[in-house]
Amino acid sequence: MLTQLRDQFRKTDVYKSIFRHSYQDTQRNRALQIVDNVFLHLHPVRVPRHATNLGYTWGMGGITFLLFIVLTITGVILMFYYRPTAQYAYEDMKYLMNDVPFGPLMRNMHRWAAHAMVLTVMLHMFRVFLTGSYKPPRQFNWVVGVLLLVLTLLLSFSGYLLPWDQLAIWAVTVGTNMARATPLLGHEGPFGPELGLRPDNDVRFVLLGGTEVGPPTLLRFYVGHCIFLPLIAVIFMVVHFWRVRKDGGISGPDTGKKNF
Amino acid sequence: MEQFLEIITKPDNIPIVALLVSVIFFSWLAWTKAAKNDLQDTPDEAKMDDKVQVWPYLVRVEFLMSIAVMAVLVLWSVFLDAPLEEPANRALTPNPSKAPWYFLGLQELLVYFDPWIAGVVLPTLIIVGLMAIPYIDINEKGNGYYTFKERKFAILTFSFGFLILWVALIVLGTFMRGPGWNFFWPWEKWDPHYVGVLTNVDFSEMFGIATRLPDNSLNPVAFIFGALCVIGLYSIIPAYWMMKKNSEFIKKLGLVRYHTIAFLFVSMIGVVIKILLRLGPPVLGLNPVKYVWVTPWFNI
Ligand code: HEM
Repeated sequence: MLTQLRDQFRKTDVYKSIFRHSYQDTQRNRALQIVDNVFLHLHPVRVPRHATNLGYTWGMGGITFLLFIVLTITGVILMFYYRPTAQYAYEDMKYLMNDVPFGPLMRNMHRWAAHAMVLTVMLHMFRVFLTGSYKPPRQFNWVVGVLLLVLTLLLSFSGYLLPWDQLAIWAVTVGTNMARATPLLGHEGPFGPELGLRPDNDVRFVLLGGTEVGPPTLLRFYVGHCIFLPLIAVIFMVVHFWRVRKDGGISGPDTGKKNF
Repeated sequence: MEQFLEIITKPDNIPIVALLVSVIFFSWLAWTKAAKNDLQDTPDEAKMDDKVQVWPYLVRVEFLMSIAVMAVLVLWSVFLDAPLEEPANRALTPNPSKAPWYFLGLQELLVYFDPWIAGVVLPTLIIVGLMAIPYIDINEKGNGYYTFKERKFAILTFSFGFLILWVALIVLGTFMRGPGWNFFWPWEKWDPHYVGVLTNVDFSEMFGIATRLPDNSLNPVAFIFGALCVIGLYSIIPAYWMMKKNSEFIKKLGLVRYHTIAFLFVSMIGVVIKILLRLGPPVLGLNPVKYVWVTPWFNI
C-alpha cells in the first residue's frame, strides 16, 4: 500500500521537478547525485582515494567551513536580541542569557564555535604546509588562505567586544593600543609625532571612533563584525573553494595520472 | 597550583588547552607519516591514487565529521556558559589585562620589544612572510604528501615559528603571566604586589658603553655600536651570498628570492635573540637587556 503510494508519487510532475534522477545505485546516479545538487557540486564527481582519508587532510578545511556556517546561523539569531549601543548591549546579553528560550545555547554555540574556528583554521594551515600543498599550482590559493586566516582572527576579535563587559573592553583596549604605535600612522609610533599625529587624529582614532574604546567603537565593531568582515570572508571563501577545484582538486603526489 | 587550575579551566581558555593537545597530536601524526614515507620509494599517498566516487565515499566522511563536530559543539555549549563579566567600566582596569588568547603570543612579545615592533611590524612580517612562502620555496619535492627528508629546512623553520614562537608563547602568555605581566610558575600563586627587582640595561652597557652621556644626550658610540649590531645581524646572510654567489643553489634561487628568505629568516632569529638577551642574563646573575639599539626616533 505504502510502496504503491510512493511509486505513484514518484510519477507526479511535482516529484520529477524536484528530483531529476532515480536513486538506484549506479555509477551514473552516483555522479548525478553530485552534479545535480547545488551544494554537493562544489565537489568533483570522483577524487583520488587519499583525498577521502582524514589522515591526509585532517578534515580541517571542511570543519572550518562548517563552523563558519554555524556561526552565521547562530549569529543571525543573536542579532534579533542585541542592540549595539553602550546603553543596551550589556543588558541585552543578560536578557539573552537569562530569559530568552535557548538564548544561552545560541550564545554559547556562537562563542565556542568562534574559538574553535580560530583553532581549526590554524591547524588547516599547518596541514597544508606539511603536505607542501602550497607548491605549484596552488601558490595563489595559499595566499587567499592567509587572507582568510587574517579575516578569521579579525572576525573573532571584533566579536569579542560586543558583550560590552569588562572582559570585552579590556581585551579590545589591549589589542587596539598597538595601533597607536604604528610607524608613521600612530601618535606613539616612530616618526608619528614628527608627522603631527595626536591621539585624536591617528590610525587608532579611526579604528575606535574616539581616543578610547567607547560607544562609537562598539558600533564600528558591530557593523564590521556582522556585515563587512563576513561579506569579505565569504567572497574569499568562494574564491578559495573555486581555486581548490581549478588547481586540480586536493593535492597529491605526482603519479603521472591527471587529477581531474 | 590552584591558581593554575583556575586559569586552565577558565571557559575562555579551553581553546588553548585544545590547541596544545591538538598541536601535539597532529605533529605526531604528521611526523609518523613523514617518517614512514621517507623510508619507502613511493609515498603512501601515491599508493592511494585510484579514483573513488565522491558519492558516497567522500560525502559520507564529511557527513560523519559534521555530526561529530556538531555533537561536540552542542555538548560544549550545553555544559559550559560563555563568560559574561561585570558591565564595561573604564575606571576599573583589571590586572593583568589580556588580549584574546590567539593574540597572547604577540602580547608576550611586548616584554621583549616596543609596541611598534611587537604590535605592528612583527604581525605584518608574519602575514607578508606567510604569503611569500609559495614564491620563495622553489623546492619542487614534497608536493602532496608527508615528508621530512625532502624539505628539512622548510619544515623546521615553519614548525619552529608555529609551534614555538606562536603556540608556546600563547601558552606562556596565558598561563604564566600574572599581575603586572610578571612571570609565575604554575605552582606559584599570583601575587599582585610582586615587583620585579631587576634593573634593565642596554646591550652596549654590558660592554661598558653607556647609552646616555652625563648630560642625558645619546652617546654616539653606543648609537653606532647598536647600529652595527642590528645592521650586522641583517648582513651576515647577504655576506654569505657574496662569498657563494656562484654556487648552483644560490643561482637557482636568484637575487630577490635569496634576500627575501634571508630577511625573513634573520627577522625570526632576531626575535629569538632578543628573547634570549632578556631572559638569559638573569639566569647568570646579570641584568636583562632592554634595547640593543637606541635612537632618537625608535628603540630596538
Ligand atoms: C576560513 C578559512 C578557510 C576555509 C573555510 C578553508 C577551507 C578549505 C577547504 C574545505 C579545503 C579543501 C581541503 C581540506 O579540507 O583540507 C581547503 C584547501 C586548501 N586551503 Fe583552505 N581554508 C581556509 C583557510 C586557509 C588558510 C589559512 C590557508 C593557508 C594559509 C589555506 C590554504 C589552502 C590550500 C593551499 C588548500 C589546497 C590544499 C590541497 O589541495 O591539499 N586555507 N581549504
